Amino acid sequence: MRAFRKKSTALAKQTPREKLKYVKKNWQLYVFFLLPGLLLTLIFKYGPMGGILIAFEDYNVIEGVLGSPWVGLEYFRRFLSSPDFMSYLMNTLKLSVFGLLWGFPIPIILALLLNQIRRTGIRKKIQLLIYAPNFISVIVLCGMVRMFLSPVGPINSLLGIDTNWMTMPEAFRTIYIASGIWQTAGWSSIMYTAALSNASKDLEEAAIVDGANILQQIRYVQLPAIKNIIVIQFILQAGNIMSIGFEKAYALQTDMNLPASEILSTYVYRLGLLNGDYGYSTAVGLFNSVINVILLIFVNWVVKKLNDGEGL
Amino acid sequence: METRRKMKLGTSDKVILGVGYTLLGLFVLAVFVPLVYVVLASFMDPNVLNNQGISFNFKDWTLDAYRRVLENDMIWRGFANSLFYSAAFTVISVFVTLLAAYPMSKKEFVGRNFFNVIFVITMFFGGGMIPTFILINNLHMVNTIWAILLPGAFNVWNMILARTYFQSIPGELREASALDGANEIQHFFKIMMPVCKPIIAVLALWSFVGMWNSYFDAMIYLNDANLQPLQLVLRSILVQNTPQPGMIADIQSTAEMAKVAELLKYATIVVSSIPLLIMYPFFQKYFDKGIMVGSVKG
Repeated sequence: MRAFRKKSTALAKQTPREKLKYVKKNWQLYVFFLLPGLLLTLIFKYGPMGGILIAFEDYNVIEGVLGSPWVGLEYFRRFLSSPDFMSYLMNTLKLSVFGLLWGFPIPIILALLLNQIRRTGIRKKIQLLIYAPNFISVIVLCGMVRMFLSPVGPINSLLGIDTNWMTMPEAFRTIYIASGIWQTAGWSSIMYTAALSNASKDLEEAAIVDGANILQQIRYVQLPAIKNIIVIQFILQAGNIMSIGFEKAYALQTDMNLPASEILSTYVYRLGLLNGDYGYSTAVGLFNSVINVILLIFVNWVVKKLNDGEGL
Repeated sequence: METRRKMKLGTSDKVILGVGYTLLGLFVLAVFVPLVYVVLASFMDPNVLNNQGISFNFKDWTLDAYRRVLENDMIWRGFANSLFYSAAFTVISVFVTLLAAYPMSKKEFVGRNFFNVIFVITMFFGGGMIPTFILINNLHMVNTIWAILLPGAFNVWNMILARTYFQSIPGELREASALDGANEIQHFFKIMMPVCKPIIAVLALWSFVGMWNSYFDAMIYLNDANLQPLQLVLRSILVQNTPQPGMIADIQSTAEMAKVAELLKYATIVVSSIPLLIMYPFFQKYFDKGIMVGSVKG
């Protein structure tokens, strides 16, 4: 991130008095412009960080965060040795890793295919259509999935069977990933499409004149043009594998498919907010976000290496 | 270009293009068919839908499902709540985000790096679900609209996008307005806002759509049925499979009820998607711009 870059030397040389003078002269910038956002950040982002202490204590509402008895690493010991926790961790990882592997190439292929369509009118219409599912809410998407896959739904009647897909743990991941591709692949292709349209037309002309066929044009002209974006997108998404969202997994859960569909965030919700086990669930959440931070720092480091010293 | 390409197409190119277009066509169909199915199914007679699926015989069509959905108070209330939450959230969020982005875009802003670190840390790390819930609870914000409007209002990522956009605007503008005696606040509203319409539109679109489509915050913070947004009403109908009371109260047999309940889901989906459908063409010209803005590094 920009914040971690070295300050420019000209600014670092300002004396404290000059700085104070600047602040006094430009007080509006601090009070009117910055303060609202800063206050919201301090209250709602830094406020909860103090609550992380709950992960190390036997929290009760009356004693509060500071007064509750200390239990140390008890919760961490408990969940790290629990087979349930391990299977939920694996569910989380499998869902996002397989989701990444299946979902990542499709927008690129879509963009390359769209790029072959020279008639802008048709291309624009197709784009408008395949972007649309991105704007459907998680609830509506999951509602559609449930209706289409219900024992009396259209997919079963098409196949002439009456399987209850939503109750099968082995079907959950496929349902989750396929519906994710259906919803977001079109929209994710936008970035590659934009990069392709900025790619050098001269180079493409030259390749055509040299007799390159379409596959060769893609390989030598178009793919190199979007290579950087592909690499950065992949690394970014890989950095997010532990922060897979709560909303969709929860909306696709049924009592029967829990062995595959319970992921860490839904587990934290169930334990903490539904069962009231605050300490234990905070510990699980903390574990999740610490792994996430480590992943992101690593990813930022890799991007910096590949991107000439510029991080995210 | 067009003609030249056509002349150059060899056999292998034709095969490749054929396969490629077929794949693209299949994907487009895969996106299109479910959407159309939902719309068509919402007009079907429940018995026809249950027995044979979609029928193109007009005597099998009915607006019964829409009547039941639109006569339901909870749908309307959810609609009104969602519209209000999304509009209010968009205004608050875009305003606070742009305000903070403005000083952060100034190279000479004293404390810029310090504040930047404070903001950026929250993109990587947070307290998590339970501590956040306890905090909101302690602030007595549970069951108030503030619980869903305020915590997410300041979005660091959006702030970075806006900041990058502000930086692309020549600094001479500020020098000129300073000569005319305008202070920063006047400059921001009179000069910057009109110049920055594209980024405002993009941020507003994302804030609105994000709030309209989310359900998690409302699910944990709003227990009062009168405050619930549309997505929670939809959740009980679509996911939890419990139609709103009153929607099917007049039907006698349980089997009939189940069929109508299934039909109602389709109509509910169509009704709930109308606002985004209206916004969609209006905002599509900003799609590409939004991506351009997003791809500029912060």
